[in-house]
Amino acid sequence: MKLTLRVWRQHNADADGTMSTYEVDGISPDMSFLEMLDTLNEELILKGEDPVAFDHDCREGICGACSLVINGDAHGPERTTTCQLHMRSFKDGDTIDVEPWRASAFPVIKDLVVDRSAFDRIIQAGGYITAPTGAAPEAHATPVPKPDADFAFEHAECIGCGACVAACPNGAAMLFTSAKINHLNVLPQGAPERETRVLDMVEQMDEEGFGGCTLTGECATACPKGIPLMSITGMNKEWLRATRRVGKR
Amino acid sequence: MARTVWDSTVGKKTVMAVSGLIMLLYLVVHMIGNLKIFFGAGEFNHYAHWLRTVGEPFMHYEWTLWLVRVVLVVAVVAHAVSAYQLSRRDIRARPRKYVHKRPRASYATRTMRWGGIILGLFIVWHILDLTTGTVHPGFQPGHPYQNVVDTFSTWYGNVIYIVAMLALGLHIRHGFWSAAQTLGVGSRTRDRALKTVADILALLLTAGFIAVPVGVMTGVVS
Amino acid sequence: MNSYADYMTGEAVADAKAPSGPVHERWDKRRFEAKLVNPANRRKHTVIVVGTGLAGGSAGATLAEQGYHVVQFCYQDSPRRAHSIAAQGGINAAKNYRNDGDSVHRLFYDTVKGGDFRARESNVHRLAQISVEIIDQCVAQGVPFAREYGGLLDTRSFGGVQVSRTFYARGQTGQQLLLGAYQALSRQIAAGNVELHPRTEMLDLIVVDGRARGIVARDLVTGKIDTYFADAVVLASGGYGNVFYLSTNAMNSNATAVWRAHRRGAYFANPCFTQIHPTCIPRTGDHQSKLTLMSESLRNDGRIWVPKAKGDQRPPNEIPEDERDYYLERIYPSFGNLVPRDIASRAAKNVCDEGRGVGPGGQGVYLDFADAIRRMGRKAVEAKYGNLFDMYQRITDEDPYEVPMRIYPAVHYTMGGLWVDYDLQTTVPGLFAIGEANFSDHGANRLGASALMQGLADGYFVLPATINDYLARNPHKDEVDAGHPVAQEVLAETEDRLNLLLSVDGDRTPDSFHREVGELMWEFCGMARTDSGLRKALERIPQIREEFWRRIKVPGTGEEFNQSLEKANRVVDYLELAELMCLDALHRAESCGGHFREESQTPDGEAARKDEEFGYAAAWEFTGTGEAPVLHKEDLVFEYVHPTQRSYA
Repeated sequence: MKLTLRVWRQHNADADGTMSTYEVDGISPDMSFLEMLDTLNEELILKGEDPVAFDHDCREGICGACSLVINGDAHGPERTTTCQLHMRSFKDGDTIDVEPWRASAFPVIKDLVVDRSAFDRIIQAGGYITAPTGAAPEAHATPVPKPDADFAFEHAECIGCGACVAACPNGAAMLFTSAKINHLNVLPQGAPERETRVLDMVEQMDEEGFGGCTLTGECATACPKGIPLMSITGMNKEWLRATRRVGKR
Repeated sequence: MARTVWDSTVGKKTVMAVSGLIMLLYLVVHMIGNLKIFFGAGEFNHYAHWLRTVGEPFMHYEWTLWLVRVVLVVAVVAHAVSAYQLSRRDIRARPRKYVHKRPRASYATRTMRWGGIILGLFIVWHILDLTTGTVHPGFQPGHPYQNVVDTFSTWYGNVIYIVAMLALGLHIRHGFWSAAQTLGVGSRTRDRALKTVADILALLLTAGFIAVPVGVMTGVVS
Repeated sequence: MNSYADYMTGEAVADAKAPSGPVHERWDKRRFEAKLVNPANRRKHTVIVVGTGLAGGSAGATLAEQGYHVVQFCYQDSPRRAHSIAAQGGINAAKNYRNDGDSVHRLFYDTVKGGDFRARESNVHRLAQISVEIIDQCVAQGVPFAREYGGLLDTRSFGGVQVSRTFYARGQTGQQLLLGAYQALSRQIAAGNVELHPRTEMLDLIVVDGRARGIVARDLVTGKIDTYFADAVVLASGGYGNVFYLSTNAMNSNATAVWRAHRRGAYFANPCFTQIHPTCIPRTGDHQSKLTLMSESLRNDGRIWVPKAKGDQRPPNEIPEDERDYYLERIYPSFGNLVPRDIASRAAKNVCDEGRGVGPGGQGVYLDFADAIRRMGRKAVEAKYGNLFDMYQRITDEDPYEVPMRIYPAVHYTMGGLWVDYDLQTTVPGLFAIGEANFSDHGANRLGASALMQGLADGYFVLPATINDYLARNPHKDEVDAGHPVAQEVLAETEDRLNLLLSVDGDRTPDSFHREVGELMWEFCGMARTDSGLRKALERIPQIREEFWRRIKVPGTGEEFNQSLEKANRVVDYLELAELMCLDALHRAESCGGHFREESQTPDGEAARKDEEFGYAAAWEFTGTGEAPVLHKEDLVFEYVHPTQRSYA
């Protein structure tokens, strides 16, 4: 396959960026999208040019590092991560636009690499259960109904890639935040911090400069792990409940 | 608590949801009242007069009406201010747009902002036209039936009204479902029902409101 | 003859911290004997933790909970991305919830036997004891393990054992456990007890007066190289499987932290013990950048086979039952498809070498779910393995519900690592190694679902108990800071190395060298090793290294985000570590676990151990790049599990 790539190039956080055009040839349909970029980078290095910087690590769809907007879609045309997107999803002769996640809370570091530490700070605000090592009761002391355990798991699958923010027209982080809140708030172990968790995490989310939710559903469509849009509804419910309860205290 | 609500994006959405639902409730009543126009000038004018005497003798003349008006003004202002602030925030959150554009989300979702602005302008015109009569040549206070017929006898009156009602339909269609999510009453099992209710509400209100100008245009109401 | 292979044998190395007495009392005894640091004094102690995977994340969180000031590093943009996240199958624990005869002693026994008698009994027993607490801890943190309808935890069985003791969270157990540790760490970051440096890579170790006192690390965003100081340094930087270029490791997983520590005096033990995982997706071509593992749990219900006839080109569904060879079930009737990883991998290699392999290049065997689908129904198979099947389909474009999967072994885990004593301390006082970075618990082969167990045992329970002893016995006398001559010297050396990489301006990319040394290692130091092959590799590696420093091309500068420079610097260390791996494999003229020497096999082709000669852990001391290292042997004593020829037949 022969392809034309238009890639966002930006030397550093402060520099202006622009779309640059590259031709790549000899691309196999079995290659992953990132292997295709590897091919381009090998050529660029040998030509003495700066290779395209992009985040990637596990390349098996679970670490959440890869983060490319391909032809306007976060992670490209298939519902998966960029690293699991294969070139068979494209046609010979295609022109492909590659851009970084765009959100003021995710500033560009270089080319296609963005800073997603805002997500870490949202988790730090309350996305945990306080259970210091050694303090745990026997695992079977508290049974968890299977539907609750499954619900928790479904939300815990979030890989923190940020595709939801990239896809949202408002650059909102509601899906990411709600996934963690739903995961922990449904479990009996998470109950003692149920109210503070949702209030603190939402506050931090707002502080980071993410947009608000207009329920366009773009986030859930882009999510490679299939976190449902209803996750946001669940968070809103938890937030209202917590606001009422904490208000009474 | 009020501070928490107003300072948070989730809280502001709650304000929008609640104020939107208040307005929606009002619109349902308003629409039903409007349909009285098909039963003749007498019944319609009587209904309009009754609106001022509701609650008597407990309430004084027009007290109830003013109460409703105050609640509505608060709802409209809260809805609009929240919408404005949230929109500003949303635009700031994505300062640089994607180079590669593609159509996103459903028509109704995308038109919430423009639809909202259209509706806001419409409300101003609507009040000046049929409540105060400021922009209504030959306005006759106390004769609402005639005033309505007058308005819908002009082409621009019909155009403004019908466009606004179509915008209203789209706004309600997404807004009602969206408010349910914001208030946390949506769920996977309820989703289909909520969407259906939203569609029906949007359709009924749009059809009910548009029935009046159509009635005037076709001569059923004159 | 290469001078590198003329290694010297030095003094034996002994585990001075190992307690004596009955094996099940040793951990209690050690904890009791260890000195403690007064809780009020703990905040005066700084501990550096490198890595935020299961071991590092759990250690950082726990040390901070205890009151220590933790300074933690990861090269990823977030601690949540450490490669522990990719572990699929599960975590072992001797809970015996199934009432199927499991016990701490059985887990201990299985692990020592599974490791082919090259692990320490004391360590393994401790691991088995702690396994039980890990599950409690993780459940308390909200890890959503799979549950039964009654609300209790579900378990499944895994390769190499006959009990059902593996706890899991669908096919994402590693992810869920890591997120648990990450969240615990996040809580400590928010509390100000952990100072986190993401996108910062450790490039060297600072040893002052014989004690580890800090590290040199590079901020990958700005390129700034800096020194960081502490009272103890903990390496939780993972394994070195990426030496092979193609492996199931993450692209950026690397050996720099452990290798630089080795260069500064930490012995490197059993570097040749690498695990080749039997169920990976075969490679599709030269462009392949990494291999993807399919959870071993697939072997619970899938049946592995190849055609009986050589070069059978028919599509799998057209090969009749009696022309298929379910070779694992045939050779190992009692364990069948659930034999340990090393055995399953080697068997796959053997059938492929016989010319019976399937798929492109004949480098694959079938893993067939047709029977399972017939028996359990498609729905049940989907519920159990759905995400793995989806992943397979996405990568290969083949539907595993219709066509058998093709699998082939791939490098997956390294049992070798920095030599540590019972306290997980390396031979450099104050330098600790935990998780995959150390060598201690898995011997020559790791059982499935034991890596997660070991990482969390080390991080949550072992290190936080043992590091107290070191800190209590070694109150820091003099502050070491950036102005210290040793710190300045190490910093300057690091800067020089990176500048040299940038200045060569040759005509080959870092990746091309990585690929070259990786292919060499896979060929000669992979699933089957020979004396002559290893000698060939030992001859070739210094040549590649020489060529590297002559022809490497790294664009850009060191004062910016420069992924080529990061890569090149990691390749520098692979080119040295590869040499040690080959030497270790060459010197160990026996087969054991993941290390198979063709010269040492039983008449029916099984690995033949030589306990008399090689019943030790080989700890290597660095003497200089390309210079013969010194071998220190740690004799392994087996009081409870007596070495036998492993039999899974």
